Amino acid sequence: MTSTVDPKTGRTGQAVPSALVTVARAPGWVRYALLAVGLGVALWLPNNLYPAVAVDILCWALFAVAVDLLLGFTGLMSFGHAAFWGASAYVTGLVAIHLGLPFPAAVLAGALAAAVLAVPIGYLAVKRTGIYFAMVTLAFAQMVYYIANEWRSVTQGENGLQGIPREFFGLDLTDDYYFYYAILPIVLLGLAGAWRIVHSPFGRVLVGIRDNPARARALGYPVHRYKLTVFVLSGFLAGLGGGLFAVGHRFVSLEVLHWTTSGKAVIVVVLGGIGTLWGGVLGAGIVVRLEDWLSFSGFEAIGLVTGGIFVLVVLLFRRGIWGTTADLARRLAARRQRDRT
Amino acid sequence: MTSFLQNTFNGLVSGAFYALLALGLAVIFGMLRVVNFAHGAFYMLGAFGAYVLLNEAGVPFWAALVVVPVGLALLGMALERAFIHRLTRLDPLYNFLLTFGLTLILQDLVKLRYGVQSSPYETPSALSGSVDFGIFDFPTYRVFILGFAVAVCLGVWWALTRTRVGMVVRASTERPELTRAFGVNVGRWVTPVFGFGIGLAGLAGVLAAPMRAVNPLMGADLIIVVFAVVVIGGLGSIFGSVAAGFGIGLVQAWGEAYLSDYPIVSQTIVFIVMAVVLLWRPAGLFGREEAPA
Repeated sequence: MTSTVDPKTGRTGQAVPSALVTVARAPGWVRYALLAVGLGVALWLPNNLYPAVAVDILCWALFAVAVDLLLGFTGLMSFGHAAFWGASAYVTGLVAIHLGLPFPAAVLAGALAAAVLAVPIGYLAVKRTGIYFAMVTLAFAQMVYYIANEWRSVTQGENGLQGIPREFFGLDLTDDYYFYYAILPIVLLGLAGAWRIVHSPFGRVLVGIRDNPARARALGYPVHRYKLTVFVLSGFLAGLGGGLFAVGHRFVSLEVLHWTTSGKAVIVVVLGGIGTLWGGVLGAGIVVRLEDWLSFSGFEAIGLVTGGIFVLVVLLFRRGIWGTTADLARRLAARRQRDRT
Repeated sequence: MTSFLQNTFNGLVSGAFYALLALGLAVIFGMLRVVNFAHGAFYMLGAFGAYVLLNEAGVPFWAALVVVPVGLALLGMALERAFIHRLTRLDPLYNFLLTFGLTLILQDLVKLRYGVQSSPYETPSALSGSVDFGIFDFPTYRVFILGFAVAVCLGVWWALTRTRVGMVVRASTERPELTRAFGVNVGRWVTPVFGFGIGLAGLAGVLAAPMRAVNPLMGADLIIVVFAVVVIGGLGSIFGSVAAGFGIGLVQAWGEAYLSDYPIVSQTIVFIVMAVVLLWRPAGLFGREEAPA
């Protein structure tokens, strides 16, 4: 078994400050207040924003949480999650077009397909850790991209899948405003599932593996199997987001499988805060909104901005928005406690 | 038989590009523990550098072959000092992300200035035409690339194993603490080695300019294949990276020639090889197992 301990310095290669789980230890009323605010924003969003953008934010929120499940809570940076996001988008689109199922069933089929795809990729990728894991996942995602590009009879190649229906028992969901509310429960269910995973005994083992894989193994936990399981779960969640994205755009192009999509998912998580779960949701909101605003104002070099965010966040702001805020709040609370005594 | 030899030769030529890029990645990784995502972007800058020098300043290919890699090496050293250096003590993933961001920036800067169309670059006149090998003939330029790349790889190997500088670099790569204890200033070599790796990527880019389409995205997909190459060879092993580079070039060329009825297989053969290697030898063909936890 390999680990992320750097042989040069003896420093463990974990990407995350280990204080992150303390976020959950905020006082009960704070957590409920945050939850209420979050739900309020989610319910209000399409009134305040172009609804199509709001739909994108929901999909990307799921994608980011899926990536954070691996990066933040297992210490594995997948740089190839576009494979699952994109594979699900294609399968969802194909099921919706050819079988005419209601869109939630099509999305579920897509997410399941993504989970199935995650089994072999995860099996091979968890043999490596750290930077190698990132490279291996990136390479396999590129493989999926090439397959989609070559398999034109199914994926329509460069033209993409067009005219994906939003079938839902005869209800008219063509308006993005209503479609947003139709997918909101699915997205919330996915987010709740991720929260449940993190706060289950299984999730605790994952954090243990992240912080000290050797000890976890010595305690008798099958580390590879745990990593593979969370990889598949993460693939499923990313697939859920990708499927909804496909129905939301009624169109799937090769871009959903491109490595820039994988990279964008990682930057969304880092911007929001690695290992914070909800930080990814926040990051998704910011990045999607920003890109929409940039393309709306006719700015073409979006990579310049995304790349710039990457560089700045990694250099100056590694704990992300959520991580930094939680840290500040904790410090304030600690100081108040000290003043009182 | 003739076509087999031709395919093999073509495979070795594209393998030469993989080998040069993988060599740079491996040297940088050895010294800094950084996987440089921007390596493909520097390859692209190398090709663009040659193109811009020729078309806007009339600098010929032979001069570009020297000027561009040196210029890019200096740019690389500046970037190392400005950014990468700040993150080398942290998890390598941060530098991976940083160089990913730099890749997006470099690509878009070139795109803004020159658009996404491919620009042609004329083969230098001394290397146009073809060489007659008896049973088949082969473009002179490709023969030149192969010879040049092999010479560069051998030169680097010689420098690493037979010179004092190479000895210091190898020692710092394998046991930085111990090397420091012997009174060698390890930190002093970090920036030049990074610059050297970037220079190799730039060199590969200049070599590619007359042969491949020069466009801002030419390095983007290539770098991912090179990642697969170094996973196959074992990133810690410089010899492994070069050998895997040539090997993958060959496998790809044979795949394209003999599996052309199965485009899905021939297009993804690199990744299939990577999957097999991960199953069989997870540390790579020539790599050592990472330190046990």
